[in-house]
Amino acid sequence: MDVTFRIRRRNPDVPGKEKPYWQEFLLADVDPTDRVLELLHRIKWEQDGSLSLRRSCAHGVCGSDAMRINGVNRLACKILIRDVGEKVQVEPILGLPVIKDLIVDMEPFFDHYKQVMPFFVNDDPLPEDGRERLQTQDDRQQFDDTTKCILCACCTTSCPSFWANGHYVGPAAIVGAHRFIFDTRDQAGKARLDILSEPNGVWRCRTIFNCTPACPRDIEVTKAIGEVKLAIRKGTNVGIIESSAIH
Amino acid sequence: MQIHKHDAIIIGAGGAGLMAALYASKSGADVAVVSKLYPTRSHTGTAQGGIGAALGNLDEDKPIYHTYDTVKGGDYLTDQHAAKILAENAVEAVIELEHMGLPFDRTSEKRISQRRFGGHTRNFGEELVRRACHAADRTGHMILQTLYQQCIKNEVNFFDEFQVVDMIVVDGTVAGVVAIELGTGEFHIFQGKASFFATGGWGRCWSVTSNAHSLTGDGAAIALRRGVPLQDMEFFQFHPTGIYRMGILITEGVRGEGGVLINSVGERFMERYAPSAKDLASRDVVSRAIYLETRAGRSIKNRGYMHLDVRPQTVNRYFAEEGRDRADFIDDSTVERKLPDILDFCRTYLGVDPVTEPMPVQPTAHYAMGGIPTNIDAEVVIDANGAVMAGAYAAGETACVSVHGANRLGTNSLVDLVVFGRRGGMKMAEYVKRADWAPLPKDAGAEIEAEFERIRNGSGGSRPGELRAKMQETMMDNVGVFRSEETLTQGIDDLAELRERFTKDLQIDDKSRVFNTDLMEAWEFGCLLDLADVTARAALERKESRGAHSREDFKKRDDKNWLVHSLIYQTGAMSDPAYEARFDKKVDLSLWEAEIEEGAPEDQQKFRPVERVY
Repeated sequence: MDVTFRIRRRNPDVPGKEKPYWQEFLLADVDPTDRVLELLHRIKWEQDGSLSLRRSCAHGVCGSDAMRINGVNRLACKILIRDVGEKVQVEPILGLPVIKDLIVDMEPFFDHYKQVMPFFVNDDPLPEDGRERLQTQDDRQQFDDTTKCILCACCTTSCPSFWANGHYVGPAAIVGAHRFIFDTRDQAGKARLDILSEPNGVWRCRTIFNCTPACPRDIEVTKAIGEVKLAIRKGTNVGIIESSAIH
Repeated sequence: MQIHKHDAIIIGAGGAGLMAALYASKSGADVAVVSKLYPTRSHTGTAQGGIGAALGNLDEDKPIYHTYDTVKGGDYLTDQHAAKILAENAVEAVIELEHMGLPFDRTSEKRISQRRFGGHTRNFGEELVRRACHAADRTGHMILQTLYQQCIKNEVNFFDEFQVVDMIVVDGTVAGVVAIELGTGEFHIFQGKASFFATGGWGRCWSVTSNAHSLTGDGAAIALRRGVPLQDMEFFQFHPTGIYRMGILITEGVRGEGGVLINSVGERFMERYAPSAKDLASRDVVSRAIYLETRAGRSIKNRGYMHLDVRPQTVNRYFAEEGRDRADFIDDSTVERKLPDILDFCRTYLGVDPVTEPMPVQPTAHYAMGGIPTNIDAEVVIDANGAVMAGAYAAGETACVSVHGANRLGTNSLVDLVVFGRRGGMKMAEYVKRADWAPLPKDAGAEIEAEFERIRNGSGGSRPGELRAKMQETMMDNVGVFRSEETLTQGIDDLAELRERFTKDLQIDDKSRVFNTDLMEAWEFGCLLDLADVTARAALERKESRGAHSREDFKKRDDKNWLVHSLIYQTGAMSDPAYEARFDKKVDLSLWEAEIEEGAPEDQQKFRPVERVY
């Protein structure tokens, strides 16, 4: 089958191309099971080498190739032509400055992530037997969903609250905090909840739900945000997630 | 050119690089991590099934068993002392990862859960052992995330999306590296007392691969061009279970959970090739079996792939046949819970649901056993006698310690990168305390800048994408699972032709500076081309079959002549390289020698090179 790509482009380094514009490419012999990423590569490798995008693993694990495909945030490597049809419109994700073509400045996104103490904290002495800390599998499952995050930014850049206010930490950072807040081994839950109860924290979320379907890892993002909100309201992370709800 | 000065420059931000960064900075060194990707994009994150460590949480286990499996798995080309260090350090390294917060799955005793994996056994091959510590089927993802998070906590300096393109060597000492800031196209010099290469592998030399697009072997190619030999390049692992045509990896953990390989006549063919370990024989054995079944006309639809079947009814049927405890039997929810990412890949890319249908799989180019030679402290060594190149370090897939020998065991890549990343980080911190700064030459970076201008100005007729595809095809056809003099010579000739076009007929569309991926891909192709070339040449020289290197014209392993590492050196100019292969680096057989010294009779020597049987 033939597929038409309509791609949002800009190159700040080339006179006349500094401002964003649309360009169309036609591809023949496309298979319905081809990934959008493969076809962007075909354009780049066969037609126009200047087409610029980030990509690495090509199977939805590294999080490099988030883009807006037919109006929805997707990883280009995890969406097939049969999912999007014969006319494919590709734009950079929204809410972050566009550097070139499909490449946006990810620094603000990672800065937000770093704000929420996205690292394990436990200052107790290590177990005397020199072995691992203990945890039940049920406790481990409490935060399983949010460990899946690959920091692709699909959720954050689909969030109208983030579009409206770039200072909002955004769904991905909250997911990153959730992973530790509900880890029974971690001790900095209170500090993270304090950070997230600041004006640009979790309360900027208006429960619009764009983030959840945008997640290529099927993380229930809005639910995780809700659990963090509830923990702030109750002043504790304990007992927020019912272990019976996990299975 | 802007100059950045740090004690230690770490190139690459995957597991090995971050581990080195963490331990070097904890030991007081001023560290800069320079990476062409954001750290969390690194390929460590795609490792699925587990990290091997003899914790003994579920089965009796000891590091010496892990050592034995590693040596045997490597078809005895493994350096035995290094394997011992690997297995012993694995235990504390995994415990430390848990202490850093890594969310391992848990046993009913609340300890780290472990699963079976190919080639990992108890008591010197007696039976398969649960050794692979896992976090669902995204263990690598959790390792990468945990290490990155700890680096944030420890305020490590990161230079993200800075791609290292050259190494500065002054009188045999590494004085730093040259990098391009991708966002601006500007060249930067990173001056360091030590430079640590953790740049990963080069699976993109082949057309069907599990490797990321970014795995172009930059570090190994740079080292080769600057006087470091590459070791054991002829050994490249094809993982038996890549998704048909796409190459995306299906973890060995699927077989660890009971999944089996089935041919077109419905037979579990691995029973014939490896009567004891069956589907969990080492990867080289299983990949060859798939090719041999294909040649015998028993691939599914005659298209060169097999079925990997993890449907509970199939798994339980074989479990029952083997007399396994009913408690081991699995149901749909076991598969869903233990292999969520695998299910997601198959449902997304194939429209196949592994709970109800078998998965189509074929061997996929996966892992470089060879690479930059190092000792057990990740110091780069440049000859057969272990002479160290001052200031140079390497760990992870890009390095060759050698713990993987001729074939790597599953899970040992993660073990390798945490163990030797950690050891190297600590060693490097020690080194930079006493080392002096090597002065930068006046023209540092000029040569590589000129090379990039040459590539950028390319206005011939050959696009890098076309050249790369041709290289990948010839590597797949001629330097794949099976090789012979005829195919290897063909491969070398094809590569020479591609090099000619790369040097004289390149076409680059993008002439701009900002994020010029056209330019970078072309340069990366040059790295792949060099590595493909030395792989084919080393493979041509090694006239035996061992581990992942299977010569159709020399079918037997030949310990008398070839129980030795290869070292390939580049001679001649960068633009017109010639190579020299030497086979003079002895394999460390110290564990076997100790057994002989202790007077163990031959049949009780565990580390004596014997024929591998699984």
